[in-house]
Amino acid sequence: MNERYELNKNLAQMLKGGVIMDVTTPEQAIIAEKAGAVAVMALERVPADIRARGGVARMSDPKIIKEIKAAVSIPVMAKVRIGHFVEAQILEALGIDFIDESEVLTPADEMYHINKWDFKVPFVCGARNLGEALRRIGEGASMIRTKGEAGTGNVVEAVRHMRTINAEIKRLTTLREDELMAAAKELQAPYDLVKYVAQHGRLPVVNFAAGGIATPADAALMMQLGADGIFVGSGIFKSQNPEKMAAAIVKATTYFDRPEIIAEVSEGLGEAMASIDIRQLEEKDLYATRGW
Amino acid sequence: MQQGDGNLRVGVLGVQGSVKEHMDKLKLIKGIEAVEAKDRDTILTLDALIIPGGESTAIGKILVDFGLKDAILKLNERKVPIWGTCAGMILMAKHIVNDERIHLGIMDITVRRNAYGSQIDSFKTRLIIPAVSENEIEAVFIRAPYIESVGDGVRILAKYEGKIVAAQQDNLLATAFHPELTDDLSFYRYFLRLNS
Repeated sequence: MNERYELNKNLAQMLKGGVIMDVTTPEQAIIAEKAGAVAVMALERVPADIRARGGVARMSDPKIIKEIKAAVSIPVMAKVRIGHFVEAQILEALGIDFIDESEVLTPADEMYHINKWDFKVPFVCGARNLGEALRRIGEGASMIRTKGEAGTGNVVEAVRHMRTINAEIKRLTTLREDELMAAAKELQAPYDLVKYVAQHGRLPVVNFAAGGIATPADAALMMQLGADGIFVGSGIFKSQNPEKMAAAIVKATTYFDRPEIIAEVSEGLGEAMASIDIRQLEEKDLYATRGW
Repeated sequence: MQQGDGNLRVGVLGVQGSVKEHMDKLKLIKGIEAVEAKDRDTILTLDALIIPGGESTAIGKILVDFGLKDAILKLNERKVPIWGTCAGMILMAKHIVNDERIHLGIMDITVRRNAYGSQIDSFKTRLIIPAVSENEIEAVFIRAPYIESVGDGVRILAKYEGKIVAAQQDNLLATAFHPELTDDLSFYRYFLRLNS
């Protein structure tokens, strides 16, 4: 494994147990940092607004990303479209700390994801299951997150994806070595990575929860289900009281196993973001099915 | 203050960051009990404390909001060994050049946050640190800080390209890099010797 990739996986390790928040302005980035975010995701619109607006969603204006980078001391991430390696080249040139190759933006390539080995900057990618996670790691992702269903304020898909990945990991650990090639075939995943997971009982990179997390309880739920940390997209700045919601989600993530603390921080937060029943969404409006 | 079976209770501050990495290393050392500590009562029972890598602003806020800061200050009054790696070093520093937020403020060092730049500037190197080991030690720097200057009574343990990257002041140890990300236990052994 090359040294740069190790360093990139190491940065993801430093984010563990923390909350990464979507922000659209330097002011929001400062609020996120003050509330205890471990990183911010700089973007033009949060997923709920991307959903509402429709059309093609692209990488953010470099100006916004630079302004956000200048406003905070914590790592800054930004999103590129699936397969859009030039957007990724731009972010690398801007000195971004982490690139999210994200299904929230409109895919630029329905066949190929970015070859992340071409880059020095680390990538995080979404996954619904173990095979998808290992394909992205095989392409060079330094960090995985569940896809969930972004911009819905509904945690059900993130739960489904986290449980699926963890159940599939557990299953691999029960297999004999001579069964792993068949498992790799079934998962459509690189054999060496399947073998690693079978031996270690975990992914070779950290795995965060994302997509639909809207309350402190949602964050703690995902942590108890085994997430290494939390991404919150629309859940903070689309809630009634972003400062309070941000701080409460951070505390609930740290103390995910202390219900009395989660109860305390959940009090009087005001309205969570407007939410959507995923069964009411049409197939074409699902983000999680973008990418493979 | 030793508890239970007489083993040294060595805690890792369990708020955020490379907590498991430090815990895994401690579990390899015989004769100690590794404890993840994220509440003040647990912190107060410790014979040594490691503050891991992570984000100093995020950890620093929890330290204040949950009264962990006072508990760590009490440990320091009792001269309990405390070791900060990367973010942990920033949390311990009395002075930070490029940040107004001082967290624990217990070690007389002046640090610069993100001193090497963004993630693209993260790097790995090997250092010779005679006080700690006769062998070269692998040192991983992730968006790392360094120490610009130290006060009286602070011993400089290591420099890299002219910048101070490890230092000690009585019971306090600080490293800009992450021994928890390597296979080398010599920094852990050095830290645990501070207790005797």
